Formats: sequence, C-alpha cells, structure tokens
Amino acid sequence: MSVQTPTPAPTTGASAVSRPQQQHDRSLPRWVPLAVFAAGVAVAALLSALTGFNVVLFVVYAVVLGTVAVYVVSRVTEGRRRATDRLVTSVVTAAFGIAMVPLVALVWEVVGRGIERFDGEFFNSSLQGIIGEGGGAYHALMGTVIITALTTLLSVPIGLLAAIYLVEYARGRLKRAITFFVDVMTGIPSIVAGLFAYALFVLIFGPGIRLGIMGAIALSVLMIPVVVRSAEEVLKLVPNELREASYALGVPKWRTITKVVIPTAIAGIGTGVTLAIARVIGETAPLLITVGITNATNFDPFDGRMATLPVYAYYQLTQPGVPPEFAIDRAWTAALLLIILVMGLNVVARLISRFFAPKTGR
Amino acid sequence: MAKRIEVSDLNIYYGSFRAVEGVNVSIEPRSITALIGPSGCGKSTFLRTLNRMHEVIPGARVEGKVVMDGQDLYGPDTDPVTVRRQIGMVFQRPNPFPTMSIYENVAAGLRLNSVRMSKSDLDDLVERSLKGANLWEEVKDRLDRPGSGLSGGQQQRLCIARAIAVEPDVLLMDEPCSALDPISTLAIEDLMTELKERFTIVIVTHNMQQAARVSEQTGFFNLNGVGQPGRLIEFNPTEKIFSNPDQKATEDYISGRFG
Repeated sequence: MSVQTPTPAPTTGASAVSRPQQQHDRSLPRWVPLAVFAAGVAVAALLSALTGFNVVLFVVYAVVLGTVAVYVVSRVTEGRRRATDRLVTSVVTAAFGIAMVPLVALVWEVVGRGIERFDGEFFNSSLQGIIGEGGGAYHALMGTVIITALTTLLSVPIGLLAAIYLVEYARGRLKRAITFFVDVMTGIPSIVAGLFAYALFVLIFGPGIRLGIMGAIALSVLMIPVVVRSAEEVLKLVPNELREASYALGVPKWRTITKVVIPTAIAGIGTGVTLAIARVIGETAPLLITVGITNATNFDPFDGRMATLPVYAYYQLTQPGVPPEFAIDRAWTAALLLIILVMGLNVVARLISRFFAPKTGR
Repeated sequence: MAKRIEVSDLNIYYGSFRAVEGVNVSIEPRSITALIGPSGCGKSTFLRTLNRMHEVIPGARVEGKVVMDGQDLYGPDTDPVTVRRQIGMVFQRPNPFPTMSIYENVAAGLRLNSVRMSKSDLDDLVERSLKGANLWEEVKDRLDRPGSGLSGGQQQRLCIARAIAVEPDVLLMDEPCSALDPISTLAIEDLMTELKERFTIVIVTHNMQQAARVSEQTGFFNLNGVGQPGRLIEFNPTEKIFSNPDQKATEDYISGRFG
C-alpha cells in the first residue's frame, strides 16, 4: 500500500520555479474524465437551450466546455503534466472530428440523394429521347471507361519509362531539371491541360472539334506526372544490392531492370498507377472543353462527342430542363457512381500492394 | 576452370580522386587470396575492379592492366558484362532476389540471361550448385519457397550457390561473413576451402583470424592518411605475413599496434 500524500494545489509564482516537480502518483479512474466531459456537454446544452437551439453552436459549446472542464478537474487532482496530456488529447480528437465532418457529410448526402435513381434503368439506358423522368447514364459510364482506359494506355508506358530513365539512367542537371518539371506538372490546373489538348487539336482539325481522344490526351497530361512520381519513388526503394547482385551474375543493365528491378517494385507501381487512375477519373474541366457532352451512346473516341460521368453530372445539374428534379436526381446518382468508382480503385490498389508484394516466406 | 589474374600498375579513381594506386599483384588459381587492411583503404574498391563492378558507380575508372589468363579485362573490346560472367561475386550482405524462390535464385544467372536449358538439366544444375554451397540438405524440401525466408547464413550460402551456378572462373567475396554469426561463418569458411579446388577465390575480410585460417596468400592494404590513396603494402604467403612480415606497417596492423 502506498501512502497517500495530500496533493498540494499547483503553485504558481517564483517559488515554484526553483522547486523540483511535484510527483503525483494519483490518476483519475477512467470514467471520471468522461463524466466531467459529459457535465460540460450538459452545461453546453443548457446554454444553447437558453440562447435558442443551434446544432453547430451546441457542438462548439460542448467541445470547448467539456475540454475546459476536464482540464480544470485534471489540473486540480492530477497535476500539470497529466492535465496537459488530457488537454492535448481533447484537441487532437476534436481536430480529427472536424476533419471527418465534411467527409461523412459528403458521403451521407451523395448516398442519400443518389440512391434514388441507382437502378437498372440508370445503367441500361442513355438520355436519347428522354425528357423528364427516366433515362440513365449508360453512355456516360461507357464514355468514362473508354476515355480513362485510353488515358491509362497513353500515360502508363510513358510515365513508367520516364521513371525508369530518371532512376536508372539520368544524372546531374538534366535529372534535376526533369524532376523539377515533373513536380510542376503534378500541380498543373486541370483546365490548363484541357485547353492545351483543345488548342493542339484545333491546330489540326479547326475550331469546334470534340473527340474522346482529345479528352484522353488532356487527362494524360495530368496523369503522366503522377505516374512518374509514384513509380520513381517505388523504383528508388529497390535496394541497390539487388542490382549489383544481378550485374555480378553478368546480367546486362536492361535485363536487370526488366527482370529484377521492376518485378521487385511491381506492387508499388501497380498501386501508384491505380491511384493515378482514380485521380483523373473524376476530372471535369478538361473533358468539358475537349469531349463535350452528348445524349446518345458513342463508343468511338475518334469520332465526335462523348458523354462522361463528371460532365454528365455537371450538365444534368446546370441544365436540368423542365421539370428539373429528374435531371438533378440523375446528377446525384452519377456523382454516387463516381465515388463508388474511385473507392473501388482504391480497394484495387490495396489488393495489388498486398498480393504482389515480395513474399518474405516467414 | 580456375584462372590466374595478373594486376600491374593499377590506379583506381573516383572522378578525380585517386582511391587506390600502384597495385601489382599476381593472384594464383585454385587458391584463396585474402585482402586485409583498415576501413577505407581501398581493398573493396580493388576487389570490385577485378570484375569491373566498380563501374556501376558514376565516375569510377581505372588505369593499368588486369589480365586474366592472357585476356585483358580492360581491353577496348572487352565487354564488362562478359567479364562479370567469368568472375562471380558474393557481397557483404546476403542479397537473394526477393521476388524469386530458392530454386529461381540459384537459376537466376541463367534465367536472367535467357539461357535455354531443359528442365532436367536446370534441376541438376540447381542441385549441384546448392550441394556445392552446402545448402542442399537444408532446403531440398522447400525449393519453391522465397529465398528471403532463410536465415542470414543460409541466405549467404544461397548467394554463393547463385554465384557458382554460372560456373565462373574466379569468385570474389567482399566480407562475406561480416553479417553472420560464428557458426555460419565457420560453414562459409569450410565451403571456401572446398570451393578453392575449382575456383580462384579472392576474399576481403576484416577478420584477421579468418584470413589466417583460410587463405594461402594475403595482401595488406593501407593508406597514409585521410584523402590519400590506398596502397598494397605487402603481398606474401599468409604464413609469412602472420609470422614474419616484410613491412613494419603490416606487423603493426596484425599485432594490433596500428596507428
């Protein structure tokens, strides 16, 4: 049994500075801070009831009062170090909660409003001949799949080879210059990429041109730097010892890269590519300029306008027609579908990194 | 086939920095040559010039001659890749390929070079190489398991099996036991004495007892000071180096009165 020493109240002032830190071996049982916090929340409820109920104000009052109450109680009974610990814990938790608010609210709203039209017709029909009720986004879904696939086909070889060049071959000034411009490209606004692709095709085909392939090129401008960066980081992680082991067996450099370096990094490369696809699949602005929108299904990216999910959602919301509610419902469902696609790609990325990672055998 | 290596007036540079200078040495076939000396004296650098592995580092170059049985390793029409096929190397840290099984690791030298070979021949080669590296009994039931699942000592023997599977003439070992415990070290040393019947072996080691135990010839590298190039101070039969060295510096280093 330890002897309980009476806890002196925390002293302030000059005398406290020279004194050794008071030892407190008393800590509150788990339920006490929670109860104190609940008391703070109760006070907050009372306060907000008096001033007229408002959810946001209530939450702010509750968090602030609860935190202050726990800090004060802890400071008096447990001492300064534990009180600071509890204060910081509260602040960090609150920050986490604030960060979660938009995410949860967004998912909640999109699922709630999008689920209404998440039906067979949405996936099976286009908007051809649809006025008002019904119709779907089959054409937009197909357009997004085709354009994203084309983008991937263009970006992955270029991005991967560029990353291999940067890691295995380039050195000195050129390497730094390329790395710098790749970094700049990563931050390029997507509308600029769209204007670039549009200007390029206008030079060849004249103004007013809209093609699926233009969209794929605009998206490639956005995707290539992301692929380069992620592949570069992963290739750098491949230990040099493996390259040396391969060279020492008399394997030429290019075979070392294709048969040792890339297989070792394939999990990371796959993950990076998948996340890069997720990054461009929801791009709206470049597609708005380069691909346009159409109500009919068009599978040919080299011939005329195509519909894509983000642009579809944009037009359904901004030009809903009369009456507007059916088009707005379709816009929400398209948004939900996009979120599901991005989520699916993230899951795929995780699976890739799990299944293709080098086995340890233990 | 074990081969003799003649080195004459070899200078090694990293960019403009001269790392090693004036090495003249003759490495005997079917024997173990040990290189000892303090850290940073250039013995690993010298070892890596023997199969042109130092060229992996940008800016590295050599002056002088390295001749293996009449073949000039730095001749204008000599391909470094060919040199490395003839002169294998085992590194300080075991480095089996993590994406490959034990079997594939041993077969890597052939597979990566796309050598066509029947399955039964390849099986024979893998078995022979693993037996040559004293690892066969420990892994024969799990050849399809990843090489990285083995213990450190087993991994190092796997790397030796991988190196001897391509049938090199010379085997270079860069501190092969420095990451291993005494029992694994003993296993590797026993293996080296077996392998010297078939290969020329050059080993860099920090462990003087190891050099005394396994080698026939010993070379002592030293440098005069930081920033100065390393030099081969003495090259003599191991017995002489450890009992009655020609140079005072060698004696000081071996008896621990260095510096």
